[in-house]
Amino acid sequence: MMAVNIYVPADSLSIALGADDVAKRIAEKITKKAKQCSSSNFNITRNGTRGLFWLETLVEVEIDGCRVAYGPVRPADVDDSFVEALCSGSDHRLSVGLTEEIPELKCQQRLSFARLGLNDPLDITAYQDCGGFAGLRQAIQYSPQEIVDEVQSSGLRGRGGAAFPTAIKWQTVLDCQADQKYIVCNADEGDSGTFADRLMMEADPFCLIEGMIIAGLAVGADQGFIYLRSEYPRAADQLLSAIAIAIEKNFLGKNILGSGRDFKLQLRIGAEAYICGEETSLLRSLEGKRGMVSAKPPIPAISGLMGQPTIVNNVITLASIPIILAKGGAFYANYGQGRSKGTLAFQLAGNVKRGGLYEFAFGMSLRELLTIAGGCKNGKLHAVQVGGPLGAYLPESLWDTPLDYEAFMAIEAGVGHGGIVLFNDEVDLAQQARFAMEFCAAESCGKCTPCRIGSTRGVEVIDRIIASDSAQENKQQIELLDDLCETMELGSLCAMGGMTVIPVRSALKHFGEDFKVGAK
Amino acid sequence: MNDPIKSRLLELAANFKDELGGVMPLLHQVQKQFGYIPESCAVTVAPLFRLSTAEVEGVISFYHQFKREPQGKHRIQICRAEACQANGCRELEAFSKEYLQLEYGQTSADGLLSLDSVYCLGLCSHGPAVRVDDDLFVEVGAEKLQSIVEGLNDGR
Repeated sequence: MMAVNIYVPADSLSIALGADDVAKRIAEKITKKAKQCSSSNFNITRNGTRGLFWLETLVEVEIDGCRVAYGPVRPADVDDSFVEALCSGSDHRLSVGLTEEIPELKCQQRLSFARLGLNDPLDITAYQDCGGFAGLRQAIQYSPQEIVDEVQSSGLRGRGGAAFPTAIKWQTVLDCQADQKYIVCNADEGDSGTFADRLMMEADPFCLIEGMIIAGLAVGADQGFIYLRSEYPRAADQLLSAIAIAIEKNFLGKNILGSGRDFKLQLRIGAEAYICGEETSLLRSLEGKRGMVSAKPPIPAISGLMGQPTIVNNVITLASIPIILAKGGAFYANYGQGRSKGTLAFQLAGNVKRGGLYEFAFGMSLRELLTIAGGCKNGKLHAVQVGGPLGAYLPESLWDTPLDYEAFMAIEAGVGHGGIVLFNDEVDLAQQARFAMEFCAAESCGKCTPCRIGSTRGVEVIDRIIASDSAQENKQQIELLDDLCETMELGSLCAMGGMTVIPVRSALKHFGEDFKVGAK
Repeated sequence: MNDPIKSRLLELAANFKDELGGVMPLLHQVQKQFGYIPESCAVTVAPLFRLSTAEVEGVISFYHQFKREPQGKHRIQICRAEACQANGCRELEAFSKEYLQLEYGQTSADGLLSLDSVYCLGLCSHGPAVRVDDDLFVEVGAEKLQSIVEGLNDGR
């Protein structure tokens, strides 16, 4: 009798939903059953996650080479009849059919996340069986300039939110003469509504590591750092294990795969400071200092970590590199539209029916995506915040905007890293605007006045707007808020203060009724 | 040099003094071992890193995670970011403070619990999210929070 292969996810979310208990109960039940009828042996693989969060814990079984899925499975659902159905892939009230045929997965274009949830994330053999390290092997054949050219032809732009062309950064570092260059991965995924970086690090960590090694080969850097936020303890564990395995298999360390090239990689942990997601602040933190933002120029590509030329790229940017090298820049650039090439891992969050990771080529409308995700799980969808806490709140009239960088800029918003938070009609946008200012006040590094003081004044002004009992006072305070937003936008050193005005202004512009006298 | 805290700090610092930016990983270790950053930390370790006491103090005070006073045995952090707000974390925040009789940053008198906020745990489709030490909880309402806290009380 063939072994039955069962998969139970083990990312932070599924574990929080009870996946460890689910796995344990399945193992107990099958062991008991096997004793009774002396039949099948079985393997339970703790895979990453498919990113279909509304179905977590999504338990799968492999039948005739196809994966059959059940979800959402809670520990209490794991009874004899469930295990019976699971072992034969047969029908059950929690059946969702073949995993590959789940509509919300089938319609996606997963490039960076092609391997998500297929295997044990730390199984380096399985990683290679699914295309892993093909990009690195190609890169080893290339000259540094050829690697950068490939990235250039992919049209890849920074996935952390700023959308800066990745190849320009790399070319700058490549062209610098220096004894020491660094690759720094910005894994300080602090924005609410985002979890793509977390998923990559927990569920496909070798992909990030591979991207960083390629970056090192491209610009002549032999040292990399991953700066990870401390709010992600499981990502830290996974990365540490993955780095150790990669060293053991000679993908990291000296003379990688006999190429004559070296690359060392270290994990560093932040300490709960949102501002450290800003690249200059992150570099100071890596240097063991306060995470103070510094003025640019000099840009980190020329004078970064310890004053040396440094690539600072977001997790998904770096994790997109392997497929670009493996399949070619042109393959990647074939996805997307205009100047927004390739795919973006959209993250559907907040009050959402089918929340999770949705990787698509740029260009579909926000409304299409919201429809696939099923809208709100409770109440009527009213406002959508795109691109994190520094992103705009958008009303229904703007949901037909195509998801690409330029189209969103045109409506004074940003796609950012693709985090999308849904709110129902109970949300009070004046309170959300107030929170944007409060958050900025709590997390500002304090270096520049518009951000440090402006955010505190912003909270006060919005409080006065909310409390105002005459139309005249309300109008005066709103004018004051407008003025303050302009100061913060133009006078702040970095995006923290400069972009805090985006949620505030969008709330005011599109949901002005929430700011009126006597509203809510 | 008979001060045991100082000798422990020096011992730890020796492991990090030659690392690039070693102060941060050192402070994480110090906090892990002591539960907080002892007052004598900066003045003790600064010379090893060729830094002034003020510079190390500055690093400690910059990061929310580094605590200057002893903390509770368990740290409860409630996510208060936007995605959790969309799922009712404002109510959970109010309830938790009332239920635990603690404000953010405070520790219970019996030393069991510290309450803190956190901006995003990356569990944004299933808020409100809560972190207790390294354990994560999702879809936390008042009832679930109570049972989490009761579990901590029982396990003391």
